[in-house]
Amino acid sequence: MPVRSIEAPGLVGQDAATPDEGRVRLEVHDLDAFFGSNHAVRGVSMDVPEHRVTAIIGPSGCGKSTFLRTLNRMHETVPGAYIRGRVLLDGADIYAAGIDPVSVRRHVGMVFQRPTAFPTMSIQGNVAAGLRVLRAAGIVVNEEQRVEEALKRSALWDEVRDRLDESALGLSGGQQQRLCIARALAMDPDVLLLDEPTASLDPLSTEKVEDLIHQLRREITVVIVTHNMQQAARVSDQTAFFLHGELIELSPTADLFTRPRDPRTEAYITGRFG
Amino acid sequence: MKFRASRRRHVVSAVMGVVTWGAAITATLPLLFILVYLLAKGVTSLNLAFFTRLPRPVGVSGGGVANAIVGTLIVVGVASALGVPVGVGAGVYLAERKAAPLATTVRFLADVLNGLPSIVMGIFAWELVVVPMGHFSALAGGLALGAMMIPVVTRTTEEMVRVVPTTLYEAALALGYTRWRTALRIVIPTAMGGIITGVMVALARVAGETAPLLFTAIGNEYMSYSLTQPIAALPLTIFNYAISPYDEWHSLAWAAALVLIVFVLLVSMIARAVTRSGFARAVD
Repeated sequence: MPVRSIEAPGLVGQDAATPDEGRVRLEVHDLDAFFGSNHAVRGVSMDVPEHRVTAIIGPSGCGKSTFLRTLNRMHETVPGAYIRGRVLLDGADIYAAGIDPVSVRRHVGMVFQRPTAFPTMSIQGNVAAGLRVLRAAGIVVNEEQRVEEALKRSALWDEVRDRLDESALGLSGGQQQRLCIARALAMDPDVLLLDEPTASLDPLSTEKVEDLIHQLRREITVVIVTHNMQQAARVSDQTAFFLHGELIELSPTADLFTRPRDPRTEAYITGRFG
Repeated sequence: MKFRASRRRHVVSAVMGVVTWGAAITATLPLLFILVYLLAKGVTSLNLAFFTRLPRPVGVSGGGVANAIVGTLIVVGVASALGVPVGVGAGVYLAERKAAPLATTVRFLADVLNGLPSIVMGIFAWELVVVPMGHFSALAGGLALGAMMIPVVTRTTEEMVRVVPTTLYEAALALGYTRWRTALRIVIPTAMGGIITGVMVALARVAGETAPLLFTAIGNEYMSYSLTQPIAALPLTIFNYAISPYDEWHSLAWAAALVLIVFVLLVSMIARAVTRSGFARAVD
């Protein structure tokens, strides 16, 4: 049954003329994630290709955010949480013995549902927050230049260039969220994880963030969890549908929303549950 | 009959309103009485000499309590040097390791310490410092008061660090911050307004303590800036002057009490102002 509720599915998928087409950046093999005895993600395997936006959709509690948090080892920061399975970043297992989760997170950036600007830091300080950790680790970075670059990449530079020293709390919610994206980009990550990045934003700010995600695809690999199917359709190249902790279907976005292979996917996107 | 007015319900409501109103007023009465009484009794003895001169013998007018004001500042300074770092550190630990066995134990013991009679704290400092040193000292007084500050600062710091949103903590971890760096650079600065409030409240509380100083700082007729010598303090001055038989000293005691309570009020008001300004915004 064709889907009527989604407009222009996979719009961005068609102009995806980017280099290194098809190279797999993240590989997930048989991943299970637990909170104590709660089995939140069950046997998920998927590939995340470079320079593509991968969207993850599914009803509340389907494990999509938990799955996202296993990709930069944030899952295990919750007491009692652990995983089984493998996650490879450029072929290297990020869960291998001797791998420091802190160093994984420097390569895989993350932006959360609500803006998390650090309240005691200026705009500049916020964007440079991660860089200062690098500097403390002895890595030389040109802070000013990296901050400017990151703010330009997150389309915030023109709005804040004259007030870099002011508190980040003076920015609007949407600006704060783009600031958080800039903060992640300043680290020059290989992959950027977005956990419902527009859930707390108004429609105009949402549009700006979506434009931004669209732009970012050229330089970076993005995985976005979203409640909003239209958003998945607008920004992503491939979409994964999660249900009860399982990956039900992973297809090119245009196909998933028009020709879902699994009846459960079809039921979800036509609004029969969730 | 569906919307029948219940007479009884209205009467009960009115009576309870009056009762709680009365209780609220009564709660503020002691402070009001004390303030008015202190102002009436003490304000006449307040003049420049009171703040700048040393005590004089009975019968000689124009004496002051400069030594006690300086002494209180020094003793409270020593107390803060002990109480603030230990209290803040312990509070951060408790907030970070909420349910660890050591955290549960420390939290319980801090509450017990908080309830300990202050005179016991004085005896403790006497045994620990005064006896080995062979004489009373500002250091011993500061230690006694500092030990009293620790639990207050610990528990308020814990509370303030806990209300820092988890999302900020996670955002820092996701940037590649280690746990200790997150605590030091993100969590503590965000909670700083609240922590300062806790420190102020603890300061205001110990600044007025008398019993712990009786065995430790003991008092001093002269100006002293030395940590190892006996030192004067406002509560001690009030105590000594109040139990003396001289009217002149009595009015000095009233004036000293007024100065002390104004100091405590000021510190409390600063604490409230700090809480209202930065902190509320930071953890919102």
